Amino acid sequence: MTAQPGLARYVLALADDALISSQRLGWWISRAPQLEEDVALANIGLDQLGQARQLLAHAGRLEGLGRDEDQLAYFRDERDFRNVCLVERVQDDFGVAMARLLCVSTWQHALYGALAGSTDADLAAIAAKAVKEVAYHLDHARNWVLRLGDGTEFSHARMQAALDAEWPWIEELFDDSWLEPEVLEQGAVVRPSSLREPVLARVLEVLRQATVAPPESPPAVSRGRHGLHTEQLGYLLAEMQHLARSHPGATW
Amino acid sequence: MSAPDEPLWEVFVRSRRGLSHVHAGSLHAPDAEMALRNARDLYTRRQEGVSLWVVPSSAITASSPEEKDAFFDPAADKVYRHPTFYEVPEGVKHL
Repeated sequence: MTAQPGLARYVLALADDALISSQRLGWWISRAPQLEEDVALANIGLDQLGQARQLLAHAGRLEGLGRDEDQLAYFRDERDFRNVCLVERVQDDFGVAMARLLCVSTWQHALYGALAGSTDADLAAIAAKAVKEVAYHLDHARNWVLRLGDGTEFSHARMQAALDAEWPWIEELFDDSWLEPEVLEQGAVVRPSSLREPVLARVLEVLRQATVAPPESPPAVSRGRHGLHTEQLGYLLAEMQHLARSHPGATW
Repeated sequence: MSAPDEPLWEVFVRSRRGLSHVHAGSLHAPDAEMALRNARDLYTRRQEGVSLWVVPSSAITASSPEEKDAFFDPAADKVYRHPTFYEVPEGVKHL
C-alpha cells in the first residue's frame, strides 16, 4: 500500500476519539447507578474500543511507518493524540456521561453513516459495521437524557448542569482546520463541518423533548485535533498506557 | 449501588424463530422501555436471541409451595395423560 499520510492523520483522529471515549466509559464499570447500567456502559465502551482498534490498525497501514494498533495506542504521547477534547475530560457524573454520549454517538452515527460511502474501501467497511453499533449507543443515551431531563426537579437540574458542562466542547467535532485541503477534497473523508447542521438538529430535538436547553456560552477553546489537550488527558494516558509500557510486548 | 425504587422485570428470550420465549432471568429498570434495553445488554450479548419480552415481576401470579401437593401430585399416577401410546415419526423435532 502506498503511504497516505494525510488520510492516515484523519483516520487516526477518529480512532483516538473512539479509544479515549472507550477508556472514559470503562471508568463506570462498578460505579454505574445500577448493575444493569454497568453492563450497558461496558458494552458501549467495548464497541468503541473495537472501532478504535480497526481504525488504529488502518491508520497504521495508511501511515506506512510499520506501527500497529498497539504501538499507536500505547506508545504515543499526549501531543500525538488527535482526539477532540470533548471525550478526554473526566466524566464522573452520570448526567455528564449521558450528555456526552448523546453528542458523541449522534455525531459518530452521522459520520460513520457518511463514511460508509468512502472511496477508501477499508474505511467504508469499518464505518458500515460501526454505524449499527453506534445506533444503539445513541438510543441508550437518548433514553437516559429524556428520563433525567424530563424526570424529577432534581434530575432535571442535574441534566441541565451536565449539558452546560459538555456543550461548549462539541464545536470541535465540526472543525476543518486540522485537515489539509487536499485531504478534504478526497472522496475518502467526510468534511467535519458538513456534519454540523444535521448533528446539532438531531441533538437539539432530543434536548427539546428532554426539556433541557443548550447554554448560551461560547465554545471552549478546544484544540485536541491539533494535539493540544486538556490536563486531564495525561492522567488518562498514564493509566491506559502504563501496563503496556512497563511490560513491552507482554501477552496474556 | 442499586436503585431500590426501580421495579423488577422478568426477561424472556426467544433464541430463534420457531421456538417459544424462555425465561432467562430478571433485572431492574425504571420503565418498560429501559427494561427492554437492559435485557438486550444483559441477556443477548452473545447472540442468544432474536426476540425479547419483559414483564413486570409484579404482574406474575405464581403457584405457592404450600399448594404443591394439591396442584401437582394428582398428575403423578394418570398415565393416560401421557401420549406414550403413539409412535413418534423419526426426524420430528420440538414435539
